[in-house]
Amino acid sequence: MSTSKTYWKNIADLASNPELDPKRHNEFVEHIPVDEFLGDKGTLENSQTSRRDFLKYVGFSTAAATVAACEGPVIKSIPYVVQPESIIPGIANYYATSIANGYDFASVLVKTREGRPILINNNSLDKTGVGANARVNASVLDLYDSQRLKAPQISGAPTSWATFNSEVGQKLSDLSAQLKPIVLLTQTFASPSTAALVNEFVAKFPTTKHVTYDAISQSAALDAFEQRYGKRAMADYDFSKALLIVSIGADFLGDWQGGGFDGGYSKSRIPQNGMMSRHVQFESNMSLSGANADQRVPLKPAHQKQVLAALYAKLKGTSVQTDLPEGVLAIVNQTAKSLQKSGSNAVVVTGLDDADAQALVLEMNTLLESKSFNPNTPLLVRSGNDASINNLVDQMNSGAVGAVIMAGVNPSYTLPNAAAFNDALAKVELTVDFSLKLDETASKVTYLAAAPHYLESWGDVERKAGHYGLMQPTIRPLFDTMQFQDALLSWMGSSVAYYDYLKTYWAANVLNGSEWNQALHDGYFSTETNTVAKEQSVDLSDSLTTLAAAKDEGMVLTLYPKIGMGDGQQANNPWLQEFPDPLTRVTWDNYLTMAISDAKELGLFMESGGTDATGGLNGRYAEISVNGKSVIAPVIIQPGQAKGTVGLALGYGRTAGVKEELQTGVNAYPLYDGFSATQTVSIKAAEGKHEFACVQLHNTLMGRGDIIKETTLEVFNTKSATEWNAMTMVSLDHVETPVDSPDVDLWDEFDRSIGHHFNLSVDLNACTGCGACVIACHAENNVPVVGKEEIRRSRDMHWLRIDRYYSSEDSFVGDDERKDNISGLSDSLSVFGKMEQPSENPQVAFQPIMCQHCNHAPCETVCPVAATSHSKQGQNHMAYNRCVGTRYCANNCPYKVRRFNWFLYNNNDQFDYHMNDDLGRMVINPDVTVRSRGVMEKCSMCIQMTQKTILDAKRDGRVVKTDEFQTACSSACNNGALVFGDINEKTNQIVSKKNDERAYYLLDHIGTKPNVMYQVKVRNTKEV
Amino acid sequence: MTHSLRLNSNRRTRLSGFLILTLLVSNLWAQDGDPVKGKSLFNTNCAACHQLDKKMTGPALRNVETRLSETEGLDRTWLYAWIRNSNAVIKSGDSYANKIYAEYNNSAMTAFPQLSDVELNDILAYTAQPKAEPVAVAAAAGAQGGVPNAGQDNNLILLAGLALLFALLAIGLLMVRQTLHRFAVANEVEIPAEKPKSTPLWVAFAQNQFLVLVTAIFLLLASGYFVYGYLMQIGIDQGYEPVQPIHYSHKIHAGDNKIDCNYCHSSARVSKHSGIPSLNICMNCHKSIYEYNGPTTAEYTKEFYDNEIKKLYKAVGWDDTNQAYTGKTQPVKWVRIHNLPDFAYFNHSQHVTVAGIECQTCHGPVQEMEIMSQFAPLTMGWCINCHRETNVKVADNAYYDKIHDELSKKYGVKELTAAQMGGLECGKCHY
Repeated sequence: MSTSKTYWKNIADLASNPELDPKRHNEFVEHIPVDEFLGDKGTLENSQTSRRDFLKYVGFSTAAATVAACEGPVIKSIPYVVQPESIIPGIANYYATSIANGYDFASVLVKTREGRPILINNNSLDKTGVGANARVNASVLDLYDSQRLKAPQISGAPTSWATFNSEVGQKLSDLSAQLKPIVLLTQTFASPSTAALVNEFVAKFPTTKHVTYDAISQSAALDAFEQRYGKRAMADYDFSKALLIVSIGADFLGDWQGGGFDGGYSKSRIPQNGMMSRHVQFESNMSLSGANADQRVPLKPAHQKQVLAALYAKLKGTSVQTDLPEGVLAIVNQTAKSLQKSGSNAVVVTGLDDADAQALVLEMNTLLESKSFNPNTPLLVRSGNDASINNLVDQMNSGAVGAVIMAGVNPSYTLPNAAAFNDALAKVELTVDFSLKLDETASKVTYLAAAPHYLESWGDVERKAGHYGLMQPTIRPLFDTMQFQDALLSWMGSSVAYYDYLKTYWAANVLNGSEWNQALHDGYFSTETNTVAKEQSVDLSDSLTTLAAAKDEGMVLTLYPKIGMGDGQQANNPWLQEFPDPLTRVTWDNYLTMAISDAKELGLFMESGGTDATGGLNGRYAEISVNGKSVIAPVIIQPGQAKGTVGLALGYGRTAGVKEELQTGVNAYPLYDGFSATQTVSIKAAEGKHEFACVQLHNTLMGRGDIIKETTLEVFNTKSATEWNAMTMVSLDHVETPVDSPDVDLWDEFDRSIGHHFNLSVDLNACTGCGACVIACHAENNVPVVGKEEIRRSRDMHWLRIDRYYSSEDSFVGDDERKDNISGLSDSLSVFGKMEQPSENPQVAFQPIMCQHCNHAPCETVCPVAATSHSKQGQNHMAYNRCVGTRYCANNCPYKVRRFNWFLYNNNDQFDYHMNDDLGRMVINPDVTVRSRGVMEKCSMCIQMTQKTILDAKRDGRVVKTDEFQTACSSACNNGALVFGDINEKTNQIVSKKNDERAYYLLDHIGTKPNVMYQVKVRNTKEV
Repeated sequence: MTHSLRLNSNRRTRLSGFLILTLLVSNLWAQDGDPVKGKSLFNTNCAACHQLDKKMTGPALRNVETRLSETEGLDRTWLYAWIRNSNAVIKSGDSYANKIYAEYNNSAMTAFPQLSDVELNDILAYTAQPKAEPVAVAAAAGAQGGVPNAGQDNNLILLAGLALLFALLAIGLLMVRQTLHRFAVANEVEIPAEKPKSTPLWVAFAQNQFLVLVTAIFLLLASGYFVYGYLMQIGIDQGYEPVQPIHYSHKIHAGDNKIDCNYCHSSARVSKHSGIPSLNICMNCHKSIYEYNGPTTAEYTKEFYDNEIKKLYKAVGWDDTNQAYTGKTQPVKWVRIHNLPDFAYFNHSQHVTVAGIECQTCHGPVQEMEIMSQFAPLTMGWCINCHRETNVKVADNAYYDKIHDELSKKYGVKELTAAQMGGLECGKCHY
């Protein structure tokens, strides 16, 4: 039925308006500038194409494109013209080499596929060397960094090496003739051949001075050692021989004095014959070492010095006056007694940037005759001298220096007085820098030399006296690069290549008649040295009084390197940026760590623990000032942080030579005044709220002691395992029944006694939480990097995570007791609420968690398309091509180990990390599928590795060798915490782990029957 | 040929007379050797470096004896000495020996002290053979090619004959009908009028709703069947036979010459990839095989194949005239035929070395393929079927000893299939 009703939109519409009436029938009232928008107005107006035609064309072309798309793509294969003998497509080659980047020194085995290095392994041949840490594992990705320099540059313009070297060589000769000083400012190479080469260079250009510079200085330790033993080095420590470890501010499980001590430490931590080491830690920041300690005393740095003085005095039988609090004094007295009792089984270390403290420690270990202390083969991995750096900047500033040639250093970023250095650098006539990237320093020199990555270089390294490593190229240089040593030779007018120089040097000075090829194959060479370090007597009475009188005024900042970032040279490495800090579990950031009480006092505490409605962790900003220099950093509450102290990580805040997404955190080097890690600071709140990307927001176990089972050494030694590792009981018809009884099982047991059955054991005593396994897993399994925002949304992709828990009472045992004593609902609500908060000085526990490969897996039963299923070999399979992305499995997984691909992380500009450029993709493991968007993924127990091991055995027609099966994480673990193997082969190490009294399964009351087991954590709480 | 035709008869006679004389003379010199034995000796000992008509690693040897005696004045004794120990001849300061040594990049000829005078005479007799006329080769090729063609022609003639027969029969029938009709008219036989028009069949069909319904259902089902079949073959490239940048005939290499697959695809034994051989593998043989002398067809002529060998030389940068690599290479962009998706892991060595499966099981009769094509569908169903049916090869493989004993006891079978060994588990191929 028609109607005469008219509808109007506004008053003007109702009252007929002559101006509006003609426009009313137009689709758009105002003229829309489509023509201008589309560009060529004339052509458009003259065009006969109507909108209908346009749509027809669009429709037709879409249809045509669809039809054309039915044709499969033509894939080309291009074989070699002449295939290198050593390369068989599909077969990995391994090369032993060494990393020596001035911060990390390790002997490694590099896996290459079709000529591309794709994975760093530990060099298991080199028993005396140190294993690869997280940074070394990630270093393979630095090789494929799209930000790398591709050719040498003169004043910013690309040039050839011939021009570069002839110009620099000429200038050096001129400067030398004018008797102007030439300075080589380099990293610590610890390379005997480079040292010899530099000496030759000095002979050729006599005005040359070689200054070595460590971004994070160990000058105090070096000075003390030099004074006592006459050699600029650091004492070596073997913690596997220690039964009592007393550390005063030394994070020896981190990067203390070059790092690499964790392997020995872990050996002493596994209880054997009723013995394990006891570890006492005095420190201000919560460090990895402190987290692993049996007794941890949070103290301000001055108090640490006093503790050291007091301990020394007790050992000497004298006494000093300190102002230590009563409680601490009692611990110190007790520790001193333990030290005396333990004698040579004890060892004392300190990380204080104070030559007096370092000297005292050397003396104490000598007094104890500590078996762990070794000054005879000292460590050579740091050699920088603070005084000479300061001196150099002054000299450069005065215009006296003719040339500065830098290699492996980035002083414009790492120097506390970087601005002064930059000004001084401008006054130097010839500036040369060997750099991988256009970093802060590289952009300020005239002659910029593109340096090769260590995987493209020749070299040698003497990590500790008499213990050598060789560095060999594992790939042809990707770019037009030249290494520092070759350039030195070229400038000296020599036509010898550094490779030949190195070989000659080794033949003459190192090998002592041994085969070069063998040494190169092994990657290392050791000589037995029986030299005993000559001691000079040092008067320590002044040191003692200085230390005992140490005072701290106000807030004290302790600068530290993070496990994932070190000194910051790998800032453009997305794996390391996304690596969660072992303690705070924060990624993509550095921050000011602060005790909760201090934060409340300073107005830096956020209510509800800083988490907002989306589950993301937030923090307030604080302005930290030292001597007029200040930086603004976000604050994170760190349980265990000593009151009156704060911590801030070095190595962040890089801006040059780093992709925008990876320019994270704040630069703390300006606060590194006088190369001292401890600084008196003033802190005030600053504007704004910082968003962290933290992967673990639950800090405590809330009394759930069955997740991380732990006991004390005393109980472990005296009581039966049923007491400290009791079988979980579940109720069957109201009768308590052991959970491993077949009666309580929902499923029928499947016979896995034939063939291989893989198990993984995680020893909570040996695991220090270092995270090398996390990065190794990343590299082996093509795990994508998702970026800060996605991490904040809890979409991290790590297949292997290391959960960190704090106790909310003084110890986890206290937590359990408190939970057990809850009575009634109201009590439970308030108590559990409180138990979410960690204690001010908590116990810490680490727990690596990967897919548990349950024999009765909850994820498998809920998958609607059977994309995840179980194998006879104990691995839980995940067929990506079958997965439709319902995510039921992730929801049903009690261990929360499944990861969903929310986006296509490879080849996606929104995730511009290594998988988005051709260079970065070269690191991808060709044996593992690169997952697409919308599929679930998880730890596969490195099925590509187990399958390869099986195939190798089949092809050779032999049985699989004992302990031949490995996963990426188990082979990356230097500490023996992760043991993998086939439990059906009785000789394998994993069998003894499975039968160990300490073995237990995570959440076993659910009845999942996992193939991953944990070993009960034993703490040595009793005084010696 | 055309050129020689233009010659006047007088000159032609003179030329042929000269030719006959030459042949006679050369035969005279070589008459004490057996060219047939010589050929086999030549192929065993000399062919790696020498050809009769082409400079290779060593010089071309056709009529070497004549040439040497005419140009250098050297006799057969010199040749004996040279072949048995060229180094000694060079060291003796012989001028021609040193000249030829220098000409061929100072590479010494292998010494053959084991060859007797008789054998050497046989070889020289073979080298003194006149060059075969190219016409003869072409004729031989034609004769060989003629056989299948003749068969095809026969069929055609047969068909044409049959068609003609049928046509004649049809015409005959028409004529008979016409004649009968004429008789009928003449005999005033009444021919019944045509039947009254009934409802046409299609209208009847359209009016019968049941039939329409049944037909519609049938058509829908049938089209559904074909659409499903069409969709299911998307991405399955069975029979995929792309044109390759170089026409490489597996038939000639693996079939006619019986070269083992693993000679070129050597990585199939140890690696997941069978590998496309690098060009230096081709040159192992093609350094001396510069032309094709096998059977040809109209499509694949000798020129065609020779040209393909030239393409190889160009790609690998081999200067055939100077017998040297130029260093200018152009890697060949082969079109990959067997493409598995990235999420499927397949390992050749597992199947070739461990299981001992013939390449042909999956790749078909490669030795008969002039153009390589995809034989198997390469679908998961195809893989699984084989894993279900194939027994694991356990003989002489210590790896299987324990697991095979225990598993076969468990399943109560003598031999285990790959599936029983766990070869159907998802994660064995998808990771």
